[in-house]
Amino acid sequence: MVLTWSSVAAAVPEISLTAAICLILLVDVFAGERGRRVTPTLTLLALAVGAALTVRYGHVTERAPLFAGMYVADELGFVLKLAGFLLVAVALLYSRTYLENRSILRGEYYVLALTALLGIFVLVSAGSLLTVYLGVELLALSVYAMVAFDRDSGVSAESAMKYFVLGAIASGALLYGMSLIYGLTGTLDLAEIAARLRAPNTAGVILGLTFIVVAVAFKLGAVPFHMWLPDVYEGAPTSVTLFIGTAPKIAYFALALRLLAQGLAGTASEWVQMLAALAVLTLVVGNVVAIVQSNLKRMLAYSTIANVGFIVLGFVAGTPDGYAAALYYTLVYVLVALGSFGVILLSSAKGFEADLLDDYRGLHQRDPLLALAMMMLMFSTAGVPPFVGFWAKLRIFQVLWETNHLWLVVIAAGMSVVGAYYYLRVVKLMYFDEPPTALPAAPPAARPAAGVRLALGLNAAAVLLLGVLPGPLLDLCARLIH
Amino acid sequence: MHGLLSMLIWLPVGAGLGVLLLGDRNILAGRWLALLASLATLALTVPLWAAFDAGSAVPQLTERLPWIPRFDAWYALGVDGISLPLIVLTAFMTVPVVIAGWTVIETRPAEYYAAFLIMEGLMIGVFSATDALLFYFFWEAMLIPMFLIIGIWGGPRRVYATIKFFLYTFLGSVFMLAALIYMYVKGGSYSIASLQTLPLSLVEQRWIFLALLLAFAVKVPMFPVHTWLPDAHVEAPTGGSVILAAIMLKMGGYGFLRFSLPIAPDASRELDLLVIALSLIAVIYIGFVALVQQDMKKLIAYSSIAHMGFVTLGAFVVYEIVRNTHSLRGAGLGLDGAMVQMISHGLISGALFLCVGVLYDRIHSRQIADYGGVVNTMPVFASFMVLFALANTGLPGTSGFVGEFLVILASFNASFWYSALAAVTLVLGAAYTLWLVKRVIFGPVTSPRVAALEDLNGREFVVLSALALAVLVVGVWPAPLLKVMQPSIHHLVAQAIATKI
Repeated sequence: MVLTWSSVAAAVPEISLTAAICLILLVDVFAGERGRRVTPTLTLLALAVGAALTVRYGHVTERAPLFAGMYVADELGFVLKLAGFLLVAVALLYSRTYLENRSILRGEYYVLALTALLGIFVLVSAGSLLTVYLGVELLALSVYAMVAFDRDSGVSAESAMKYFVLGAIASGALLYGMSLIYGLTGTLDLAEIAARLRAPNTAGVILGLTFIVVAVAFKLGAVPFHMWLPDVYEGAPTSVTLFIGTAPKIAYFALALRLLAQGLAGTASEWVQMLAALAVLTLVVGNVVAIVQSNLKRMLAYSTIANVGFIVLGFVAGTPDGYAAALYYTLVYVLVALGSFGVILLSSAKGFEADLLDDYRGLHQRDPLLALAMMMLMFSTAGVPPFVGFWAKLRIFQVLWETNHLWLVVIAAGMSVVGAYYYLRVVKLMYFDEPPTALPAAPPAARPAAGVRLALGLNAAAVLLLGVLPGPLLDLCARLIH
Repeated sequence: MHGLLSMLIWLPVGAGLGVLLLGDRNILAGRWLALLASLATLALTVPLWAAFDAGSAVPQLTERLPWIPRFDAWYALGVDGISLPLIVLTAFMTVPVVIAGWTVIETRPAEYYAAFLIMEGLMIGVFSATDALLFYFFWEAMLIPMFLIIGIWGGPRRVYATIKFFLYTFLGSVFMLAALIYMYVKGGSYSIASLQTLPLSLVEQRWIFLALLLAFAVKVPMFPVHTWLPDAHVEAPTGGSVILAAIMLKMGGYGFLRFSLPIAPDASRELDLLVIALSLIAVIYIGFVALVQQDMKKLIAYSSIAHMGFVTLGAFVVYEIVRNTHSLRGAGLGLDGAMVQMISHGLISGALFLCVGVLYDRIHSRQIADYGGVVNTMPVFASFMVLFALANTGLPGTSGFVGEFLVILASFNASFWYSALAAVTLVLGAAYTLWLVKRVIFGPVTSPRVAALEDLNGREFVVLSALALAVLVVGVWPAPLLKVMQPSIHHLVAQAIATKI
């Protein structure tokens, strides 16, 4: 096969990102101390250039396999990669002051974020089991290192270790399941696998499928494979929690879509049942356990688990509409998570981690903008209109009705009420409680630039705007899946 | 005038955002902006009433813009004889709330006014939406300002009360949403008119009816899901109590008329005894509960639950009336009564909460025991309070009489026992209200704090006079109100007794 420009144009995001990683690594090594100032800006620039190049050259409307079927170029990948650029850029923007105040503003952090993004891209466009695994590992290894980035912090090291060990087991499960599928179908290509797997499936295929479902559930954080998630969210530096909680979710959505819904479509009747059980457990455990948390990061971790339950419900529907609903839910969730962790980052100061719920007492009087943004984000996750989270939940309910899952609707509806309680509690702390009388004395420290606060304001405004006019994003998600 | 309904919704919302932007520092300008906006909204209801054709039951002054083409959801507004009076009531009751908070609210006043104005717009949206998704959008969005109003400006147990309020309402609404989506998936449209004509089997109707019942029963509130209301009322600031009692409870009644009866008529016929029984329990049992209250606001809150029992009773006696008398007119009487009762209760309960607010602002207590002999120091106030109290007991000549009379009259045609039990309220209502008046207003001055009371100031006088006038006008001359509702009520009766199976 001859490589021509037109045959690789769709891979422009990956190519430009790889080039940027090399460049930033070199600049960071040779620029020395001054590089610390340059690297963050350069990274944001690289992301902007990458996104611009992607829009200019990487837009594909037709689904086309590239590189001998290892790579699939389609519009879904195009949009998810643009979202990845945006999310990582905003996440790094929010994080800068935080990193500076903790003296961990180093070039490696930015390079690791970019390699993680590269892993996301590879995963999003994976056309074969090998590329899937490559993407999963590239993303996971970068993230393990980021969790341990604050190397003087025992908690960070502990959670990185936990993440790494459990993640390795999940990777093992994924590989084992893939090897079974490969052995039984004789191909690594996902489209080929889809063509060769036809019901009724042999026990071997189902065994392989089970391992793959376990791995996907682990990556998404579905109960009972969620154990790592609260510890890592709480233990990692908040900027890393923000990173883990946003862009990788898109990749893991793509993982579930490419592997289960596309590659293993022939086993849908089996995995739908597995996922239904996982979704119910995830919804119940995530929502109920979140109620008793006193640490906001940990509470949001359980809230993530609860939201993953809704995303999995979209897959349980097992229809293109269901996948579109799951995609919409993922994008909406990621947007809201970006803002909520952004608020934690901006509330923190030097020597002060604003990660306890009690740290948010009376935030409204200290910083009305942050409190307003946080309130909007919390009501959005609770699923109250006029915020966008409402439509995400509505869409999931709708696909569940379309596929006659009465009990799942009832459970999901009940659990959203339980969930509303702990989101309301955050609003209560910020708006109804008096601020603590003795505020921790703030040492001289870098303050977030006005632009960062503006970005957070826009983030919250987007949650409102998409909630009032949800049509375009809903249409986009439906178009990408069909 | 085109776009009138949109203006009614978005003018207060926009003004609310304006007050918020002006902030606490420019609160003087903010207050005037809030007052002007609420008066302008009220003024806009005049052309609305004038443009409304009282001879027709179809939604009028309709607006229709595509909102979410994917779900066939429209930004569709319209008024009929059921929603028009409620919209006017909403616009009317927001003005006293704004005035009542004028000097009383000292903490974060800008947000206070903003919350009430935004809520006014959203409530008008609830009553004028003709698309179920838009209805739900407004219905839920309204919870946020109310949650903040009780939580920020409320009393000592405000956090408990506001979270309870939010979660109860949210629980009911989520199941209503599930039912609406089910019908959308079946019929392919969220338009309320098409939901009303959607053919549904009896089993489907039963489940949909129960899901809607949960949502509306919480809002009305009906026994046994009423427990959030006394807490919310007691803790809410005066303005919050007024809006809660005057408008928000009416949304439950409106929901029964707009959704439950027309969408699930067969299930309503089958389960009407359930609703009637719960209504009568509310009227009698809650009446007794009101009798023993020590807290003025709690007493009025329980009295609200009892009075709202008449609304649900009037709506659901329709079936037995038709069964017994085969007369559609008689059935319409019950619904007429339910509607008048909603409007009248909105005025009276709002006025009573404002009266309690007047006292609370001076003495900072809601306990009945802390008062006594107020008439000696506040004669003007006492006359207003006695008027509203008598209206609350259903004295002829006040609006309270019309609604209760119509409902009791209609339920006679259903069953003698219904009307006999419902009529107990005339005794109970008089007992708890007049005993309240006796202990608070009359008698000798009991404490030095009461002796130091000053009578109404100009602001309070204007507010209470306007409400007193409205209570008397509706009481003496309810004909225009009944006339506006007539065709819509007839249409509703036809829908309610038709069968979908």
